[in-house]
Amino acid sequence: MRIFKDAGHLFRLAGLFAAGTLLFLVIRSFIVPRSFGQYGHYRGAAIAEIAAHPIHFAGHQTCETCHSDIAQTKSGGKHAQVNCEACHGPQAKHADDPSIDPGKPDTAVLCVRCHAASAARPNDFPQVDAEQHAGGVPCQTCHQPHSPAIGAGGAK
Amino acid sequence: MTITRRQLLILLPAAAVAWESVLAGTPETSPNYTMTDHWWSMLIDIPKCIGCGNCVRACQAENDVPDGFFRTWVERYHVDDWHLANPQVISPDGGKEGFPVAKEDEGKYFFVPKLCNQCADSPCTQVCPVGATFIAPDGVVLVDQKYCLGCAYCVQACPYGCRYVHPQKKVADKCTLCYHRITKGLTTACCEACPTGARQLADLKNPNDPIHAFLKTHSVQVLKPQMATGAKVFYNALDGSVR
Repeated sequence: MRIFKDAGHLFRLAGLFAAGTLLFLVIRSFIVPRSFGQYGHYRGAAIAEIAAHPIHFAGHQTCETCHSDIAQTKSGGKHAQVNCEACHGPQAKHADDPSIDPGKPDTAVLCVRCHAASAARPNDFPQVDAEQHAGGVPCQTCHQPHSPAIGAGGAK
Repeated sequence: MTITRRQLLILLPAAAVAWESVLAGTPETSPNYTMTDHWWSMLIDIPKCIGCGNCVRACQAENDVPDGFFRTWVERYHVDDWHLANPQVISPDGGKEGFPVAKEDEGKYFFVPKLCNQCADSPCTQVCPVGATFIAPDGVVLVDQKYCLGCAYCVQACPYGCRYVHPQKKVADKCTLCYHRITKGLTTACCEACPTGARQLADLKNPNDPIHAFLKTHSVQVLKPQMATGAKVFYNALDGSVR
């Protein structure tokens, strides 16, 4: 073939280029994580890894499977919409192993966090000046936290 | 067995292609959860927020957020009469332990909980040079911390200041909308801990989600709509002074 006469150097160059491309593909297959590009320009496996993180808050449905009596008390009161772990803190460990002490929330800190009177809070939200209202008497002397209206659920 | 140079040249690319498909493996599947069936968002009902800081503490406990850094935080606005352009905003320690008592005066006060807006056209994912942050098929913006270089481009790109570089891991960190919870059918830690229901996780793809009825009957806004980020955290009764 006359056309390929004196073209040997071009073939060698093409061969070198092909070998380079091949090397690139092989190295790339090792470097790029296997799930990269599965859903988009990212490592698809990362989604499952993030979803596998452990939970700390068990969720009120879990609490209520054992503490149905408290759920019952709560359901009729002002705190019906307040989930258990809003006051009791994360309890997934206690839910997995009930022998783990869930601890007792400190009402002296908790109650005023929401109910201390402040002009910044919505007007229709129940708030008190704790000092004026109770004069140092603990909240739960009169208010049962699970159903706080006086007389509802009774003082504890 | 001997292989000629010609045979080797034919075999090598074939082997490379085969190796690629082996590495790709089978896609991981999460039981009972189909990503494409969801499009997650959150509803923040400003008039319901009492500034207790429960969400901030819950988020830090759930996600091991280091002290001084926040995936969610609460800001307290004080707007004096008509001075909408100059609100006084405080957020002591992210509002984690609540706020100082405010005295009644001419102005108005309100709380604004903030978190990642889970933007559908998120600036943070666009600037990532390595594909370490991305929008998952269910609309949650996530960070692949094994892939992140810690260059912090995304921290600068986020118009809402929702990202930070983790002081120990040295990689970008942000709200995952409690991805490890919502994929198990639980709500986020902040929503679980909110005593007034001011925060509600919502699935826009679920026609039975109460958010649809809420959006129909309320004046709802997203933060910085002019930035066209496609933010999916919706604020009810958001004041014009909020940035």
